[in-house]
Amino acid sequence: MAKITLEDVDYVAGLAHLTLNPETREAMARDLGSILEYIDQLERLDTSGVEPMMHVLDVTNVYREDTVGESLSQEDAFKNAPKTDGEYFLVPKILDGE
Amino acid sequence: MSAELFRLSAHETTARIRSGDTNAREVTESYLAHIESVEPKVDAYLDVWREPARARAEAIDAAIAAGQNPGPLAGVPVAIKDNLCTREGRTTCASKMLENFESPYDATVVEKLDAAGAVLLGKLNLDEFAMGSTNENSAVKVTRNPWDSDRVPGGSSGGAAACLAANEAAFTLGSDTGGSIRLPASFCGCLGMKPTYGRVSRYGLVAFASSLDQIGPFTKDAEDLALILAAIAGKDPRDATSADLPVPDYSSTMRDGVSGSRIGLPKEYFTDALDGEVGKQVDAALQALKGEGAELVEISLPHTEYAIAVYYIICTAEASSNLARFDGVRYGYRHPDAASVEDLYRLSKSEGFGLEVQRRILLGTYVLSSGYYDAYYLKAQKARGLLRRDFDEAFTRCDVIATPTSPTTAYKFGEKMDDPLQMYLGDIFTTSANLAGIPGLSMPCGLASNGMPVGLQLLGKPFDEAALIRTAYAYEKSGAPTLGPAPLG
Amino acid sequence: MEYEPVIGLEVHVEINSRSKVFCACLNNFHSPPNSNVCPVCLGMPGVLPVLNVAMVDASMAVGLALNCTISRWSKMDRKHYFYPDLAKSYQISQYDLPLCHDGYLDIEVDGASKRVGITRAHMEEDTARNTHTIGGGISGVDFNRCGVPLLEIVTEPDIFSADEAFAYLTALKQILEYLNVSDCNMEEGSLRAEPNISVRPKGSTTLGVKTEVKNVASFSGVRKAIEFEIKRQVKALDSGEAVVQETRGWDADRGITVSQRVKESAHDYRYFPDPDLMPVVVDDAWEERIRQSLPELPQARKRRFREDLDLSEYDAGVVGMTKDLADYFDAAVVAGAPAKQAANWITGEILATLAERKSDITACKMKPEALASMIGLIGDGTISGTIAKELLPDLIESGGDPKAIVEERGLVQISDSAELEELAQAIIRDHPGPAQEFRDGNKKAIGFLVGQAMKATKGKGNPKLINQILTDALSQE
Ligand SMILES: [Zn+2]
Repeated sequence: MAKITLEDVDYVAGLAHLTLNPETREAMARDLGSILEYIDQLERLDTSGVEPMMHVLDVTNVYREDTVGESLSQEDAFKNAPKTDGEYFLVPKILDGE
Repeated sequence: MSAELFRLSAHETTARIRSGDTNAREVTESYLAHIESVEPKVDAYLDVWREPARARAEAIDAAIAAGQNPGPLAGVPVAIKDNLCTREGRTTCASKMLENFESPYDATVVEKLDAAGAVLLGKLNLDEFAMGSTNENSAVKVTRNPWDSDRVPGGSSGGAAACLAANEAAFTLGSDTGGSIRLPASFCGCLGMKPTYGRVSRYGLVAFASSLDQIGPFTKDAEDLALILAAIAGKDPRDATSADLPVPDYSSTMRDGVSGSRIGLPKEYFTDALDGEVGKQVDAALQALKGEGAELVEISLPHTEYAIAVYYIICTAEASSNLARFDGVRYGYRHPDAASVEDLYRLSKSEGFGLEVQRRILLGTYVLSSGYYDAYYLKAQKARGLLRRDFDEAFTRCDVIATPTSPTTAYKFGEKMDDPLQMYLGDIFTTSANLAGIPGLSMPCGLASNGMPVGLQLLGKPFDEAALIRTAYAYEKSGAPTLGPAPLG
Repeated sequence: MEYEPVIGLEVHVEINSRSKVFCACLNNFHSPPNSNVCPVCLGMPGVLPVLNVAMVDASMAVGLALNCTISRWSKMDRKHYFYPDLAKSYQISQYDLPLCHDGYLDIEVDGASKRVGITRAHMEEDTARNTHTIGGGISGVDFNRCGVPLLEIVTEPDIFSADEAFAYLTALKQILEYLNVSDCNMEEGSLRAEPNISVRPKGSTTLGVKTEVKNVASFSGVRKAIEFEIKRQVKALDSGEAVVQETRGWDADRGITVSQRVKESAHDYRYFPDPDLMPVVVDDAWEERIRQSLPELPQARKRRFREDLDLSEYDAGVVGMTKDLADYFDAAVVAGAPAKQAANWITGEILATLAERKSDITACKMKPEALASMIGLIGDGTISGTIAKELLPDLIESGGDPKAIVEERGLVQISDSAELEELAQAIIRDHPGPAQEFRDGNKKAIGFLVGQAMKATKGKGNPKLINQILTDALSQE
């Protein structure tokens, strides 16, 4: 099943918004290929009729009550912002459908 | 008198502070001086909070002088892995992405340490975003094993293990996603515990794999494990996955002994792949426990061979999701040349994340991407159910499971860096506990002939950390030889 | 060829809980930018979401009102895509197991009833707001809206015209208002409708290629956008072109839809169950508790107004238009007002007066009990309808007890026969012409004389009694 092509790497890098240099791109194809080949041993395992385990804790219905708590001060909200005018977090202009 | 206060365990430290034998300021100064002398050789800390620690110690002393109870860890110096959020200083995850990040809030465990009276000394090195088994993936620096500076401390909580082994804190906190506490504890010759998933709040732990991550302590002895776990465990309304269960008094059940206790030895773990030196030390430790009255029984965990495959699907899938938020908009590294939003993401992520992090993001994105979800993620979730079932069945025949923590002792630097798959396989004995959500600890059980510590792993039933602590305590009291201080400690 | 359109609607509703869906920030994005934000809704490292139970309650209420099945077991999932308005680069939503599914809503179009299937209604979080007014090639992001609870309601492709879409949205909005779960303000974005449209040859049973239209800011905009899309697609097919499956933006100024180019991979959302949130498990008791808390819904209420209270179709529709109005009407009836008269006053003078002031029933100071009391005063002859109409603006503006006001201002109707007989004689004397016309058989002439008498009493004369006395006086001569 595995065998990762450079196109596969480009596709997932696109999804993850990572830019790989040519060297890394090939190394990633190789590494992901060998890891996935190892992972493919799972194909041998019969899981028919087994429920997927989404949580190890058998707990349901954990909620918070609808009460308003404290928000951050403007100072704390923007403390780590790489670019801000003190009102907004700034980004390069967003184009429609981007 | 105050000369070697930094060698004391946490419980001895707080007892002596309470008795007036010493005080928090004196203890803190002892640690700060020791850090000064050994840190250049160990490099465990990313940041030492000298003045805040002194101020905090003085506040503890003042509280004691005023007759107040400053908590069960009064005056005990602690250092924590730098993927735990703190208002003080920075929280970097040893990544360029967060090199300047100042958290606007404290992790729940940090609040709990404060409430217990501990004195925070600073933040510790790790593999970037806790991804790695050697600490070589830190974007900041390399932490060395206090037993041999040519060897890795293990990972990803390598800084936390090395710091403790070098006596640079009375205890430390790390996080464990697939062995990231137990493996470095084993490599550095200290105790390290991954509690049951849900026992300790994850709020404020920078997420790697949300369904696997747990915060846990590194300590000098079993009694400290009891003390510290009790201080950090419990339901947190800010973490929906934290369990609403009472936290037992581990310190009192710790002394109950192991007489009649059944220790299960999974045959899948004791194979030829095990390093002979490791096997020998583990065997000796099991004999010591038998001498204390424990019964050794063979058990089987038939799906063990699939654990690494399942683990790397689930942890990378969740990591690819958890790390997507680092986009250079609200915090974190932002490339200066981004002319479009697309550029902003691509340039910031590609330069902010190291290679191993990018590798895991790519793998995780792949297994979740359209057309592959069922074959990988869903299949892994089902296999995860089978792994858990293995443990549920095994625990009908034993109370605690014992295994080696790692097939080998600490690697030399560079030994495993070229082949990520070989590196991943080093987690073979530790990942199952995370997948099944059960508690596990690693405790030192002697030195191999290369002079490096060997770790014994104990696994327990869900929320039965008490049995693990009791077993570790029994081993310590059995008269089995202790390691003594690490050469760099 | 003749074509028929097939339309489905996705509606996003912001739920008006006090706090956001996964954190305790105030749920109000009118505050100054980035003031209702915390580590959780800013997607800071290390934070965890905890689901607001009010969101589950409100979503279930909407689901039940839309005749949905409530899932006994559902979960929250992560939906991944990159956009600056998304704090975590994933949205917490529900993928394959929504809280509510398989419901319907009956609507009326041109007097005929029609059932629109509801595929699902699921819980999610709203995104931040981008502002493009900063200039200099820069956009700003305000995270106040990020994490506001959002319910997405998806219909089956059961809608076959722009009018049906409009009727569906109107009926849905009315239900949401009745439930008081949302402000339902389309301009402010607390209600957002996205139609998907395809056309197919008439009689065909397979679906054509659909387009999805975004950025529509009003119900009439939805109607126009659908009409435009139908025409555009029919024209394309007629000229042998294919319709491309895509997202199109509505340009309200130009009245057209414009293709929004989106990369194919942008739709690979990599959904998986959110490990940070536990399953939502609804038992019979919880569902029943929500069902019991539901108010009488618009359709049932209108039916009751028609069948039990004997209102006309029109009056029932107007009085039942909003829950506030219907509550007002019901309260007036409970306070003793005859239903038909109460409806007449509400649909007539009261709504007209409020409309003049660009206001609605919630701003009406006249309590429903006061309306009942006023109708009672007319009924027992204490005041005339004319006086009541004069009193109304004040009552609506300032409230108060009509009986006390009538007495205080001396507006009690003159029903003293002797006094009115004297007045009748004077009117006949002063207006010999109309009096003669009446005598000559033009019975309508009495209206003028009654009017003069009312004028003379400043509206306080009992018009019925005056009519009688004048008729008697003129007939006896
Ligand atoms: Zn918030």
